[in-house]
Amino acid sequence: MQNWMEWAVAFFLLLGGCFVLIGSIGLVRMPDFFTRLHGPTKATTLGMGGILLGSIFYFSMSPETLSVHEMLITIFLLITAPVSAHMLIKTALHHRLKAVEHTQGEQELKRGQAFASKEGNRSETPEDQ
Amino acid sequence: MNMIPRFKWLPTPYRSLLLFIVWLLLNQSAAFIHLFFGAFLAITIPWICYRLRDPQPLIQRPLLTLRYLLRVFADIVTANAEVALLILGPIKRLRPAFVRVPLDLQHNLPLTILAGTVSMTPGTVSADIYPTVEHLGPDDPLPQRWLLIHVLDLEDEAALIATIKSRYEAPLKEIFQC
Repeated sequence: MQNWMEWAVAFFLLLGGCFVLIGSIGLVRMPDFFTRLHGPTKATTLGMGGILLGSIFYFSMSPETLSVHEMLITIFLLITAPVSAHMLIKTALHHRLKAVEHTQGEQELKRGQAFASKEGNRSETPEDQ
Repeated sequence: MNMIPRFKWLPTPYRSLLLFIVWLLLNQSAAFIHLFFGAFLAITIPWICYRLRDPQPLIQRPLLTLRYLLRVFADIVTANAEVALLILGPIKRLRPAFVRVPLDLQHNLPLTILAGTVSMTPGTVSADIYPTVEHLGPDDPLPQRWLLIHVLDLEDEAALIATIKSRYEAPLKEIFQC
């Protein structure tokens, strides 16, 4: 029983560690800001989930205690990750950061930038289509 | 769509339930004192905050909400695996793109949930919703709004838009009945 639990803890810690590592590798490897954002928002979520699951198992091993604090961390992480990603990408639109050259849908980016920055106010709203 | 709560003293029952559960999780105990104080907080906090908030659509279909949550959770797991593979694969072959999705939803709460879901699921991050209400005059009719998303590896734009609309937006519309 004890042994089995230790295997579970090790498995989840390794899984989580791998995903966090991959998310960070994405941060280094990706060519521009917008693609770089994908690694930390996604790969890291599962990574943290794995580490927290490991933590739940580890601290529940000692008798008579069930550790469920970690569920709260997971919930808060799931709520805050998309919000921070959204704020970062919106700031990028404001600053008119360049996307890599082969990014498709450049006019969508331009339109988004126009709306995000001050020029996008009502008097000169970019036309649809 | 319904923005008026059924009970004045319990304006947002599901948020109260969430607060109650969070309180019990924080204390890691189901002793009577925690149950009592949790229930007290779960009723008082939404009751006080209700007057401070703009009215938002209320959840009309709790079971569908649960199904939506489970689906998003499963999608998060697959999204993680997919993005991990894309990151480790050849960078040159990625096809990043900006796509805009026409929105049927109009209210802030469902839109926020939709944007958050899109950010957490396969290969997409939501960038902006426009035009915002601030761009409009007081009497302007509400125009077609768009969700701008960035895609890490775009295969088929029409298919992606259709997936987002049918998989995430349609259930949200049904949950909030708007």
